[in-house]
Amino acid sequence: MKIVVCVKQVPDTKGGVKFNPDGTLDRGAMLTIMNPDDKAGLEAALRLKDEYGAEVTVVTMGLPKAEEVLREAMAMGADKGILVTDRVLGGADTWATSTTLAGAIRNLEYDLIITGRQAIDGDTAQVGPQISEHLNIPVISYAEDLKIEGNSVIVKRQYEDRYHMVKAQMPCLVTALAELNEPRYMTPGGIFDAYDAEITVWGRADLVDVDDANLGLKGSPTKIAKASDKVRKGAGEKVTPDSPDEAVSYIMDKLLTKHVI
Amino acid sequence: MDFTLSKKHEMAQTLFREFAENEVKPLAQEIDEEHRFPRETVEKMAKAGFLGIPVPKELGGQGCDPLTYAMCVEELSKVCGTTGVIVSAHTSLCVDPIQTYGTPEQKEKYIPDLASGKKLGAFGLTEPGAGTDAQGQQTKAVLDGDEWVLNGSKCFITNGKEADIYIIIAVTGKIEKRGRMQKEISAFIVEKGTPGFTFGTKENKMGICASSTYELIFTDCRIPKENLLGAKGKGFGIAMHTLDGGRIGIAAQALGIAEGALETTINYVKERKQFGRSISAFQNTQFQLADMATKVEAAKLLVYKAAMKKGEYQNGAKVSYSVEAAMAKLYAAEVAMEVTTKAVQLHGGYGYIKEYGVERMMRDAKITEIYEGTSEVQRMVISANLLN
Repeated sequence: MKIVVCVKQVPDTKGGVKFNPDGTLDRGAMLTIMNPDDKAGLEAALRLKDEYGAEVTVVTMGLPKAEEVLREAMAMGADKGILVTDRVLGGADTWATSTTLAGAIRNLEYDLIITGRQAIDGDTAQVGPQISEHLNIPVISYAEDLKIEGNSVIVKRQYEDRYHMVKAQMPCLVTALAELNEPRYMTPGGIFDAYDAEITVWGRADLVDVDDANLGLKGSPTKIAKASDKVRKGAGEKVTPDSPDEAVSYIMDKLLTKHVI
Repeated sequence: MDFTLSKKHEMAQTLFREFAENEVKPLAQEIDEEHRFPRETVEKMAKAGFLGIPVPKELGGQGCDPLTYAMCVEELSKVCGTTGVIVSAHTSLCVDPIQTYGTPEQKEKYIPDLASGKKLGAFGLTEPGAGTDAQGQQTKAVLDGDEWVLNGSKCFITNGKEADIYIIIAVTGKIEKRGRMQKEISAFIVEKGTPGFTFGTKENKMGICASSTYELIFTDCRIPKENLLGAKGKGFGIAMHTLDGGRIGIAAQALGIAEGALETTINYVKERKQFGRSISAFQNTQFQLADMATKVEAAKLLVYKAAMKKGEYQNGAKVSYSVEAAMAKLYAAEVAMEVTTKAVQLHGGYGYIKEYGVERMMRDAKITEIYEGTSEVQRMVISANLLN
């Protein structure tokens, strides 16, 4: 079985977020991590590899620095890493990103594509399903459990108040939730191997069946009007009332003073 | 000369840090108070490959260098000195001598299970009457047919009751050296469960309380002849060489404890207010922190240098890392003691309360000045090299 996992390097929310003048993220200047939903997707792929034997290829699109996230994936156990990077691909929204990733994946053989549900920087949850549309394969989103049966994948799909059991024939695409599993740690030896391994780097010229009009900032229908960092609140006031009654009357008093109630 | 870590070492550091924060730190206070060996953490470390870091891949290890191993012990010890020494004693004192002196059969038999963490290792040199003076050994091994028969006891053994494989140093006869009769000392591999091998007192310690420190007792304990490690009579050299490597592990442990105390203190002084100001605004606090950080950085350079020298040795260079290891351990241990003591002082009354963690670090730091060669022994090693 051949599995392709799409991962994204996202800002580490523990560090500061920085923006370019045009409102897009200044990715080069931030501490980064592997997007948590993508990491769960990778772990799902690695578990299938452990159980059934599979070749796991990890694909990311980003700045040259994004190769770090591929090394991390390989240190966890992925077999190959492909970095799609090119100046003309910069500033892409979900449409241009999914077009690019699909153009890259058309070069690969696959039975299953796994992406994270959404990235913690954009929170759109669009790229995975869009890739499946570009590739004309079924998609099952929001996977919280995943099994293989013959040539099919069986997914427990999370809904707000229920779940669905969905079976689809491969090849297909699954989007994973962070709750799907607890990703394994890298191993020290895996890290050393990952840094000795070659990362495949693809640019615009390597993308198959894509139109320039759908790539990069120019090919992105989404226009960002404004972006800003979260406004940091002050430490606030800490009180330690002696009893629940005292706490309630303190809160009621505050709410009345501020005309909330 | 480049003081920048390579990308792979940086990523390994991130891994160890994440593991320590997520898996080790939450248990640190509890296992210290309960004097409970963290078996669950050992299992997680085994799965993550932490118990075979500097072991070649062919033997089931991670194939990394001693620097990566030292960084692992450092990061674990930042949050829990006990967890750091479990890895250090296992790797430096048990896996390393088998890797260095073992026959191909011994390596094949023991190292894969040790490196994967399926089995845990320990090392028995110290006896009630033989610590720094290794010639004071009383434990005897006598060859009887195809078996060595061990009699005697070892004390203060780290990973004591939890280990599966033990390197045991014992007297195998007498030899004449420079006109004087001396004890002939040899090294052996002993497996847990061998009849005649039992455990004595569990030590109730000041620090590293969750580590399993036991007395090992050998009463007519018969082990196969082929479990002699290295040549007969070479046990003293094996023990000393093993301790050279062990000192890098303990130096890394001491460095980690000091770094942990410094980090905790920096966070605390920013929050703690006195006289209407954060105590970090006081010059005394600032100067204390500056001294602590400078010494920690110096210790780190010594530890990393010693580990890298051992790496050169492992790669086949004809170099000794004995002096570097002694300097790293001497300095890092004394820095750990000083920094943790200052950390408690800067925490004021809260520093004396267990919940804040720094008193544990201060108790844990003390042992690094004592075990695997006291600070005085390190000074002997260093000065002997200067004067010879």
